[in-house]
Amino acid sequence: MEYILEVADLAVQPQNQPLLDHISFKVGKGTTLAILGPNGAGKSVLFRALLGLLPHTGTIKWTEKVKIGYVPQNVSVSDIPISVKEFLTIENAKNDPEDMLRLVKLDSEKVLKKRLGFLSGGELRRVLIAWALINEPNVLLLDEPTNGVDVGSEEPIFLMLDGIRKARKMTILLITHDIHIVQEYSDFLLAINKCITYFGKSEEIAKLETQRAIYGEPVCVETMERKED
Amino acid sequence: MIETIILSLMVSIFVGISAGYLGSLMVLEKMALVGDALSHVALPGLAIGYLFNFNPFLGGFAFLFVSAAIIWHVQRVTRISFEALVAAAFTLALAAGIIIIPETELLEALFGDITSVTIMDAVAAAIVSVIAVFLTRLIYRKLVLAMISEDLAVSKGIDVAKTNLLYLLLVSAVVAIGIKIVGTLLVGFLVVVPAIAAKNLSSDMFRYASLSMVFGGISAFLGVASAGYLDLPPGPMVVFSGIVIFAITIVANWRLKLTA
Repeated sequence: MEYILEVADLAVQPQNQPLLDHISFKVGKGTTLAILGPNGAGKSVLFRALLGLLPHTGTIKWTEKVKIGYVPQNVSVSDIPISVKEFLTIENAKNDPEDMLRLVKLDSEKVLKKRLGFLSGGELRRVLIAWALINEPNVLLLDEPTNGVDVGSEEPIFLMLDGIRKARKMTILLITHDIHIVQEYSDFLLAINKCITYFGKSEEIAKLETQRAIYGEPVCVETMERKED
Repeated sequence: MIETIILSLMVSIFVGISAGYLGSLMVLEKMALVGDALSHVALPGLAIGYLFNFNPFLGGFAFLFVSAAIIWHVQRVTRISFEALVAAAFTLALAAGIIIIPETELLEALFGDITSVTIMDAVAAAIVSVIAVFLTRLIYRKLVLAMISEDLAVSKGIDVAKTNLLYLLLVSAVVAIGIKIVGTLLVGFLVVVPAIAAKNLSSDMFRYASLSMVFGGISAFLGVASAGYLDLPPGPMVVFSGIVIFAITIVANWRLKLTA
């Protein structure tokens, strides 16, 4: 497999507080890597390190000239009078904002002039994805891309992302808490809790020993069945 | 006399427009009170100017500049909130300024005196305002992106800390020239109120920034003109004019919501 990212012995330890330690993994070009772990496990810290925003030890090697699109977990838009069009063109944009809205399956006529803070949770996340895609990245880092979206609206977003990934041959790194999303929409799984607790194929998440490795004890069967419905 | 009126109106328009524009970012940063308090930091500089017979507004300008840079640095090192640091600096500056400023000049320093405006003051106000607006325009979008998500801004190669420092220095420059019209106690008004009035009527950034400038210019112009006409101090009149505009925008916003 051709790798686009190789991370070796990565550690992030500001003021000797270990946030991440001994993290080593590889990401194949054109694949989706899901990153799973409890709150405070260091998932967002890992993304910030991959983006070069945090001092770290170890190596992070992007193996080709990468252009990264990033969707952060949280944004504060409620108090800022900025329209969707202005947000999408806040940087020099390679693509037309209306085309980008169509790509993320939003009605551009309805949304383009709307204030960012007045969008629904689902619309906002789609606009953030459009923003991340506007300059044609080959890697997407998505930090809980359906944060703030109701359960029923989550899956269509992942379905859309999977379609875009295939069409554009992109690589996706995706932080999620949802095991169903890991199974359905990722090729590989990296589970961390400051260090790596599991790294392998996503389909292995269905196995009890994998869940034990990640959570210490198996995930309640009832919960899984309900999510798969 | 006519010349002084024209000069003072000219200064008021430039200051109002630039303070409104820069203030539009201050309000979004949820630092409205910072904009207000920062202006008081100029007081010891004004006092030193009066004591040593040089243009007091240069002294105020220097104090604001240095204070803004120190506060910025201390905030980065200690992670104490910006508002808390400005509050400490402003009370210290107010205390020091009131002790050292000559009593005869105190009122002018606190509430402004545009009747003594010279052609040099007017030229300085115009140049500082134009440069401040121009430079702020260059960093406006970067600062807005950093407000939406600092990680997003940094991931796009924006040096948020340095951009904030430049912005603070520009605010200091505009506040320093604004002191001439409304004084240290009231200049914060021009930074804050036009922007919150504009926010009432804006759903996009362009309209918001434009209206902030327009409301700032109108508040300052009407305040200075009415102060001249009624022979009253300009500072409070600028505040009254701005508050009327703000009240109108609240009603307009309420009406818009009713008809939406």
